[in-house]
Amino acid sequence: MAEMKFTVSSSPHIRSNDSIKGIMRDVIIALLPAAAAGVYFFKIQALLVMIVSVASCVFSEYAWQKLTKQKITIGDYSAAVTGLLLAFNLPPTVPLWIPVVGGIFAIIIVKQFFGGLGQNFMNPALAARAFLLASWPVQMTSWVVDGVSSATPLGILKEGGTALPSLFDVFIGHVGGCIGETSALALIIGGLYLLYKRVISWRIPVTYVGTVFVLMGILGRHGFMTGNPVYEIFAGGLMLGAIFMATDYSTSPITPLGQIIMGIGCGILTSIIRIYGGYPEGVSYSIIIMNLFVPIIDKYTAPKVFGEVK
Amino acid sequence: MSILTFKKGVHPPHGKHLTEHKPIEYLLPKQILVYPMIQHIGAPCEPIVKKGDRVLLGQKIGEAKGFVSAPIHSSVSGTVKDVAPVLHPNGSKVLSVIVENDGLYEKVEGMEKREDYKNLSKEELIKIIQEAGIVGMGGAGFPTHVKLSPPPDKKIDSIIVNAAECEPFLTSDHRVLLEETQRVVDGLKIVLHMFPNAKGYIGIEDNKMNAVEAVKKAVKDEKNIEVKVLKTKYPQGAEKQLIYAITKREVPSGKLPADVGCIVQNVETMVAIERAVLRGRPLMRRIVTVTGGAIAEPKNLNVRLGMSFRELIEACGGFKKEPAKIIAGGPMMGTAVFSIDIPVVKGTSAILCLTEEEAAIPEEYNCIRCGKCVEACPMNLLPGSLNSFALRNDLEQFEKLHGMDCIECGSCSFVCPAKRHLVQSFRTAKRTVIANRKKS
Repeated sequence: MAEMKFTVSSSPHIRSNDSIKGIMRDVIIALLPAAAAGVYFFKIQALLVMIVSVASCVFSEYAWQKLTKQKITIGDYSAAVTGLLLAFNLPPTVPLWIPVVGGIFAIIIVKQFFGGLGQNFMNPALAARAFLLASWPVQMTSWVVDGVSSATPLGILKEGGTALPSLFDVFIGHVGGCIGETSALALIIGGLYLLYKRVISWRIPVTYVGTVFVLMGILGRHGFMTGNPVYEIFAGGLMLGAIFMATDYSTSPITPLGQIIMGIGCGILTSIIRIYGGYPEGVSYSIIIMNLFVPIIDKYTAPKVFGEVK
Repeated sequence: MSILTFKKGVHPPHGKHLTEHKPIEYLLPKQILVYPMIQHIGAPCEPIVKKGDRVLLGQKIGEAKGFVSAPIHSSVSGTVKDVAPVLHPNGSKVLSVIVENDGLYEKVEGMEKREDYKNLSKEELIKIIQEAGIVGMGGAGFPTHVKLSPPPDKKIDSIIVNAAECEPFLTSDHRVLLEETQRVVDGLKIVLHMFPNAKGYIGIEDNKMNAVEAVKKAVKDEKNIEVKVLKTKYPQGAEKQLIYAITKREVPSGKLPADVGCIVQNVETMVAIERAVLRGRPLMRRIVTVTGGAIAEPKNLNVRLGMSFRELIEACGGFKKEPAKIIAGGPMMGTAVFSIDIPVVKGTSAILCLTEEEAAIPEEYNCIRCGKCVEACPMNLLPGSLNSFALRNDLEQFEKLHGMDCIECGSCSFVCPAKRHLVQSFRTAKRTVIANRKKS
């Protein structure tokens, strides 16, 4: 045995096979059923929006990092996830410059300005959606079903209308709405996959949906106990928000108790906006508002340390 | 049968299949043996022999300085070649006694059998253990006589033998449980004799059911000893986690096992106590698992302290692949070493030789706040947040978030998908905090 050189480093000397790339790949896989449902119900236009949105996000990240001479991280797929989620939050009829602008805003202003992956305090896709909705409200609220313009179920409920789509249509996604939000079924399948792969925990989705279920039932749209909570939880962006947006790592608490508070907080805000607010839907704003509370939630919900002496 | 465990933790790949079925093999030393004067936690020993002296097997060559220290003995007979600083597995040069083996194994006087330990008092037994140089043999090397001398106000009711062996690749404790079962039990009985109000527990992970059966058989007539089956999960053998699994007691932050009535001892420490008390032998040998993807024939070896890593590796057929990293101990908490020309010391539980592929150090990315470290930390800490404070050198916040409670088990670094070097940053921060405390 000749003179040999060995690597010397701090333990542990073995690492798990998990990687950021693997996690993001799992999220993309989990989004595929809803993407397929979007294309099925909203046709080629939905696919185009998704492609443009993903391309805009990935390119924005690449260009920004190139320009600021940082390490290029588009290979971790996180920008692609943001792009897909942004597209899911857009109506299928939007002109294609909308996802371009949205992608630039999401990646550069919301994500990179604050330090990139893991550092942003607000969900990039949702912040971009809020920005787009405030800037181009007409394009952002034109809904279609089967090529015919049509209000969303929550829009009909808000107006007090009665010609509601059936619960079955709402569940499978055959209604007006954003590209990726209408099919509760597809989103739940994706959510189960993420739970199985341990990418997310049950805490935020279950407490979020549960809170909306309870509050919509109790408060009701027409007074105490007049709600239809089953219809409410499958309508609008709740499933998309609860499973994929509120669980975003960067912008949700890391403590188990904090995650439950996040879910309940989102649920309360969503219910209040839906019943008393001016908008028919409140998922995006609820999550964005709760994003702002995450640091303080984490601070006050740190788990009790093993052997802690008070 | 209930399977006990602690909360959280991780499941690293075992790697134990390489050696778990291999019986312990004796390996006699070659010519040169090196005995560093630091093989324990506490004050270094002082050499009491000089160049040219003849030493005998079992002769004390390093005298303990202070109570928290443990003497060192020659494991062969021969001549002292030198007393000089030599590279130690811990990476620094440590004053060592170098002995040239004459191959005669001539014993020092007084290494005699003793059957009547029950007539000895606790103090006499502690003296025997102290003089035998016994330290915790799981790796940390805390002097055993100190552990066995808790302050009188601590009522000890549980003596726990740590046979979890939760570190991947390590199988020396497993083989000792199978092949030297009675000695482990006798060691425990000696300790229980010193603590008549205590009950003995032997905690074994459920990936070693043959060891569970063997020990159960050996203690079937012992009313005061119970075998506890533990879930195979890392770090099951961490002292605080083991105590929690078996007694459901939490050692308070900054306190010791004795504060919750427990004393925890490693399997091989029990054998060392049995050898010292019943056979008058100081600590001169240990079982070392030589393993890893780079080793031709992984083995469990019974070796004398002071032999070089190189001799052990050669006895296992040398390297079949080029080793990229050599670790003294297991892959989760062991120390990477610079060279294989270093001696086996009291705490050398394994020599793990990893290939380039096994030893790859992944690139570090930003924390994505996935929370996997929070779900893994057996101490319920927030490793991600501690990491940012440690890197910013914000030691006040680091302490406030209980960074000093970190047991450095490596679970957080293991699971981190961003491959952050979490434990490494905590080690540095902890050392700085301790150094600052000493200064002020």
